[in-house]
Amino acid sequence: MIRIQYFARYREALGRDGETLEWTPALATLNDVRRQLLERGGAWDVLAEQNIMCARNQDLCGLDEPVADGDELAFFPTVTGG
Amino acid sequence: MGIRVQPQAFDAGVELGALHAANLGVGAVAVFVGYVRDFNDGREVAGMFLEHAPGMTEKALERIVAEAQARWPLLGVEVIHRVGELEPGAPIVFVGVTSAHRDAAFDACRFVMDYLKTRAPFWKKEDTPDGPRWVEGRTSDQQAVERWQR
Repeated sequence: MIRIQYFARYREALGRDGETLEWTPALATLNDVRRQLLERGGAWDVLAEQNIMCARNQDLCGLDEPVADGDELAFFPTVTGG
Repeated sequence: MGIRVQPQAFDAGVELGALHAANLGVGAVAVFVGYVRDFNDGREVAGMFLEHAPGMTEKALERIVAEAQARWPLLGVEVIHRVGELEPGAPIVFVGVTSAHRDAAFDACRFVMDYLKTRAPFWKKEDTPDGPRWVEGRTSDQQAVERWQR
């Protein structure tokens, strides 16, 4: 299983703060996970945004970051703190 | 080094004094304090909500501070970022950096802020006359952080 969290505008657009998914070898990178979520259509199109940010096990990373079973992932819009 | 993510207000003067008092080798303290403005992107702002990602946010800040410490001879770093409901005029963020001399303190303070703006998971949602709206990232913030990568 992998756990996925959504934050801020994405959390609101998707109507949930996270979920768990069965991990398969097809989900080799964060971009693969994103592509699978995009297949749901509708509100999930928000994940197609070019400036999407993501994290693996609480570390910010690129969409090409590998994913392993048991990982905790996160997708979120551009950060705006400070 | 201290990192605090908290809803409570902070007193920048108290924090500055503590940074200085911690080490008599401190010759320079550089401090940045960010505040909530009452106007942004053409709209009045009556207040805002600051969301963060517990755990991930602190880890991102620790990484940024560690990078600054690797890059400059710093004696101390304190980062405070508030979350939750904030009103115009309220302090949001405090970055204090101490070193023996001013160059390291000035540069490291700006480095930490530039990275915090683009790499630390915080999101602002403003209350405007048209209703709440999420603040979008700025290209200028991205350009600011890229200066440190050249």
